Amino acid sequence: MSTTTPTAPADPERKAPAAKRTKVRPGDRIFSGAARGAGISLLAIMAAIAIFLVVKATDALSKNQGSFLTDQGWDPNAAKPAFGVVTLVFGTVVSATIAMLIAVPVAVGVALFITHYAPRRIAQTLGYIVDLLAAVPSVVYGLWGYIFLAPKLLGLHSWLSDYLGWIPLFDKEQAGVTARTLFTVGIVLAIMILPIIAAVTREVFLQVPRAHEEAALALGATRWEMIRMAVLPYGKPGMISASMLGLGRAVGETIAVAMVLSPSFDVSIHILDPGNNTIAANIANQFGESGEIGRGALIASGLVLFIMTLLVNGAARVVINRRKAFSGANS
Amino acid sequence: MTIRPRSVRRGIGFTGLALAGALTLAACGSDDNSSGDDKKSSTKAASAPGAEAPKGDCGTGKLAAAGSSAQKNAMDEWIKAYQAKCSGASIDYASSGSGTGRQSFFDKQVTFAGSDSALKPEEVAKAGAACAPGQAINLPMVTGPIAIAYNVSGVKDLVLDAKTIAGIFAGKITKWDAAEIKALNPNAQLPGTAIQTVHRSEASGTTENFTKYLKAAAGADWTFDAAQDWKAPGGQGAKGSEGVASIVKSTQGGISYMEQSYAENSGLGIAQINTGAAAPVKLTPEAAGKAVEAAKIVGTGNDLKLSVDYATKAEGAYPIILVTYEIVCEKGTAADKLPLLKSFLNYTSSAEGQKVLAGIGYAPLPTTVADKVRAAVAGLS
Repeated sequence: MSTTTPTAPADPERKAPAAKRTKVRPGDRIFSGAARGAGISLLAIMAAIAIFLVVKATDALSKNQGSFLTDQGWDPNAAKPAFGVVTLVFGTVVSATIAMLIAVPVAVGVALFITHYAPRRIAQTLGYIVDLLAAVPSVVYGLWGYIFLAPKLLGLHSWLSDYLGWIPLFDKEQAGVTARTLFTVGIVLAIMILPIIAAVTREVFLQVPRAHEEAALALGATRWEMIRMAVLPYGKPGMISASMLGLGRAVGETIAVAMVLSPSFDVSIHILDPGNNTIAANIANQFGESGEIGRGALIASGLVLFIMTLLVNGAARVVINRRKAFSGANS
Repeated sequence: MTIRPRSVRRGIGFTGLALAGALTLAACGSDDNSSGDDKKSSTKAASAPGAEAPKGDCGTGKLAAAGSSAQKNAMDEWIKAYQAKCSGASIDYASSGSGTGRQSFFDKQVTFAGSDSALKPEEVAKAGAACAPGQAINLPMVTGPIAIAYNVSGVKDLVLDAKTIAGIFAGKITKWDAAEIKALNPNAQLPGTAIQTVHRSEASGTTENFTKYLKAAAGADWTFDAAQDWKAPGGQGAKGSEGVASIVKSTQGGISYMEQSYAENSGLGIAQINTGAAAPVKLTPEAAGKAVEAAKIVGTGNDLKLSVDYATKAEGAYPIILVTYEIVCEKGTAADKLPLLKSFLNYTSSAEGQKVLAGIGYAPLPTTVADKVRAAVAGLS
């Protein structure tokens, strides 16, 4: 049984080149149909998610006594439901921003090292390790984050607040007792999204035409100049696409944030103090004990996350489309 | 340059082969499993009625339940023991949280729901709709003490009272050698370390019961709402009892509230409570049982909703307790589920079933309450 099956899927592939000049063969038709179906199903799933979120959310929103956009607090299960997303949106944006600021440069560096600097054997091993990192479940990152990493980051927290405390962002109001803060969450998220961004940018950098690179080198460019002039511009749309993939994971990360962060419901710009919360982590924390309105409220917050992701992806698409070069998203 | 495409094609061939292999393997595996299952269940079904009928107190079939995670350990033990006794029964308890459990009950997805709180007035109608034409009732089944667990080196047998606990968790008492704590522990070597309070970061019945205690026993010092979410400022939140326990364990000067088993498993100190009785009360199953005994039944008829007197001064009663209920239909349970439901709940409320609890960090129901629960179970129809 296992000896016969592998040949079956290989068949259409072999016939495909022959069909180029002549009429459409069944294999072609089946494949194009399947591909079209996959594309349409994606749209259908997106629409289904959106409709589900809107229907469930409107009911809870209509019963909300507070302002959904500006209230700092989450009491949807009380007799007088009042809940707002401002804290959640703030925490989501800030933690994802910290994660991107750390992860994107490092990931691009990792990808450049693998593609242009490392000896072939090391590059291969490193590539495998990066791919492996992407497969670690987020709950493991969560456990590691709050048991191991957070206590270790306490020193960095006090150092930052000692020397950069004049910036409100790095000002600590609470005496340093725990590093289970938005800043630590950002670092954990950075580690989580690093392999995704590194793996995709590595593939993009491998696509850079050899001729471009050799032309640059022939003109007397050093390796760094060659990368700056030939590799990075060519890979830019791909890097943006990769970053968007990473951002998607950072924004939507649930259990790792819920475990690492010590949340509160007040917006605090002091990212070195425990507090704030993210949309996804709040859903994980509240869902089990939620009643009907509580559930609707959580779904409404999920809808906000959905819209945020759409906006960010749309913006990225605009940037990519402006440069009609290679990219994973518009090819 | 010419090498690249070939290696790519080889790569595809290889993954294709691996994929196909995996698929066939998976197919074989699932085939085997399902046929095995079918065989097993069919033999079970065939032999079960004959084998179980003489025993009389065993139900057969499947029962789905969901709800409170505070009950999880108790339910796991009970289900294991019950299924060992009654081989024809299969009971599944999903510890999805009380809110989700109640919702599943309203949606008729489960036969009973475990809940950290009795049905709220606005939920009674919904529950009634699920039980039509009957009504839903709350049966207290699992009670457990909530331990005040601390991590202060060199301090054993710490004594606290409600006022001090409220002060600590409200952030008014900030050092372990504060005068309020010293007054309760004149002989202890209290260090000057800062107190680090830890609370649950997610909504939980444990938080609700603990804050209810603070509000009832120290209302003047605890001005925050009693709710599933932690309402007081300061301190740090951690997810789940295991998260709270591990944070306290790793934080010098840490203190939190958690189910007894988590405090014991983490090797944390457990505070004794000065309730105003002659001696401070140590946390034991019996001491918690005494507090449950002091609780009043406020439900009507077979609805055994309890009102706990958190401010009790009864001798030897440990006042910080969590009472969890099973929510069932008094009338209106599906006929095919009813025998198993009655049989199972009769076992859990029996002396035999309740005896299991003391070993795993819960407190057995006092006999007066357990008798009423059994009577209510017998009356289910």
